[in-house]
Amino acid sequence: MKENQENIVKPVKKKHKLQAKEVKVFYDDFMAIKGIDMNIRANKITAFIGPSGCGKSTFLRLFNRMNDYVDGFRMEGDILIDGENIYRKNINVEQLRKQVGMVFQKPNPFPKSIYENVAYGLKIQGIKDKTYLKDKVEDSLKQVGLWNEVKDNINRSALALSGGQQQRLCIARTLAVEPSIILMDEPTSALDPISTAKIEELIYELKEKYTIVIVTHNMQQAGRISDYTAFFYLGELIEYDKSKKLFTNPEKQQTENYITGRFG
Amino acid sequence: MNNIKKNRLLDQVFKYWGIACTFLGLVLLAIFIGSILVDGIQRIDWDFITSLPSRKAERAGIYTALMGSVWILFFTTIIALPLGIAAAIYLEEYAKESKMASLLEVNISNLAGVPSIIYGLLGLEVFVRIMEMGASVLAGSFTLALLILPIVIVSTREALKAVPKSVRDASFALGASKWQTVSRQLLPASFGGILTGIILALSRAVGETAPLIVIGALAYVPFAPESPMDEFSVLPIQIFNWISRPQHGFEVNAAAAIIILLLITFILNGIAVYFRNRWQSKLK
Repeated sequence: MKENQENIVKPVKKKHKLQAKEVKVFYDDFMAIKGIDMNIRANKITAFIGPSGCGKSTFLRLFNRMNDYVDGFRMEGDILIDGENIYRKNINVEQLRKQVGMVFQKPNPFPKSIYENVAYGLKIQGIKDKTYLKDKVEDSLKQVGLWNEVKDNINRSALALSGGQQQRLCIARTLAVEPSIILMDEPTSALDPISTAKIEELIYELKEKYTIVIVTHNMQQAGRISDYTAFFYLGELIEYDKSKKLFTNPEKQQTENYITGRFG
Repeated sequence: MNNIKKNRLLDQVFKYWGIACTFLGLVLLAIFIGSILVDGIQRIDWDFITSLPSRKAERAGIYTALMGSVWILFFTTIIALPLGIAAAIYLEEYAKESKMASLLEVNISNLAGVPSIIYGLLGLEVFVRIMEMGASVLAGSFTLALLILPIVIVSTREALKAVPKSVRDASFALGASKWQTVSRQLLPASFGGILTGIILALSRAVGETAPLIVIGALAYVPFAPESPMDEFSVLPIQIFNWISRPQHGFEVNAAAAIIILLLITFILNGIAVYFRNRWQSKLK
């Protein structure tokens, strides 16, 4: 178990956790990302905003290489995590994904028990120690505030939980493998306002330990929880600044038009 | 106004036409089953199931044919299952969208439509002659396994396809490899669907006659097979044999054997439906 943990958590506290250098993404002939340079800070929440189809989700999925499975996907440029190029040859993609967790738009628990959902990420690493797994599951569920709600029926199907609970379970599942970065792709867009508020609170707490990048369509959400905000439009990074600055006094006209709801 | 009335009328006409079509098939089937039951049910008793074949209709039983069918089903399953499931996993999860993959796909769908007697000829040449298995249980099983392989592959692929993409995403995002995702998430989640396809394929195999006759399965075998290399008969061949006899007693025997065969396929189909429903409600 020890050796398993060692390479998962890297206590590096560099200023720039994630870096994109002249990144271009193609789907066959279509250019989805048109050359983006960007540095994302450690232990901050960075929000990606922009109209649908602007490339923000595609860009997010570059950081854990989830685009690799998309037909026709091709990338130019470099993506660095802690200074390391994650698109170099011979990189262990599975290992990378243990360090870069991801939460999806629609809650997607496995059709298994609550316990199995959280333990899965550890089990596939070969961890079999029952007490360790149990502690880890409990710990992860506590972190997302789900433990008290589910502790009595931890072996029930995860699909019986409500949408908000399912999404918190998915976050717990991600936390269990101890990533240092968490990517979130519109994590609250399928949830009701109360569940959304709970998740936002949770995300805010998590930034102490994790670097969080969140794609959102909800401008208020980006303003409420993020430290930095990046506005994407048609595959380009239009503006990237402290959220306070970007939402109150944007430099570019396009950004202002978007955040004030004039288009998009 | 007139148009709406006309559409309504057409709607009704089509509805009743559809109902009539649906019932036509069912009614014919019911008449067939009814007449078989009338002919054969009084002949079915424990002796009929456990007796060896005989020249005298009233002493003849289906034991050897039934055992032959069981042996054939068993070996067909253990041959077709791993091959079919592995091929389906490859095509569905590993093969990228390539010309090769789509060529394979079209061919597998086509194979499902090849007449079974062609498989019999293939089996005769490859298994009976070249591989020198003779007209054995094993040769028959290989032949039937080939026959149902496309069905197993297609239905397994459908079952894998029915697992939402989000499950794959979640598994990969947690650092699972492809094989871990397949073995720990996709196969358990699609188990019901895969099982359904396999059972339906087997219920087709149990009724196949032509390919087994071609490879040389016998209508009269004095003993049940004791090893995979033994000669064999199966229920449909036994039925075929009895029906072609002139004596009335054998006709009754055939009806009774048909009831047993139908029972086996109904039970197999029932199991398939049960698993499908159970897993469908679980996956939601």
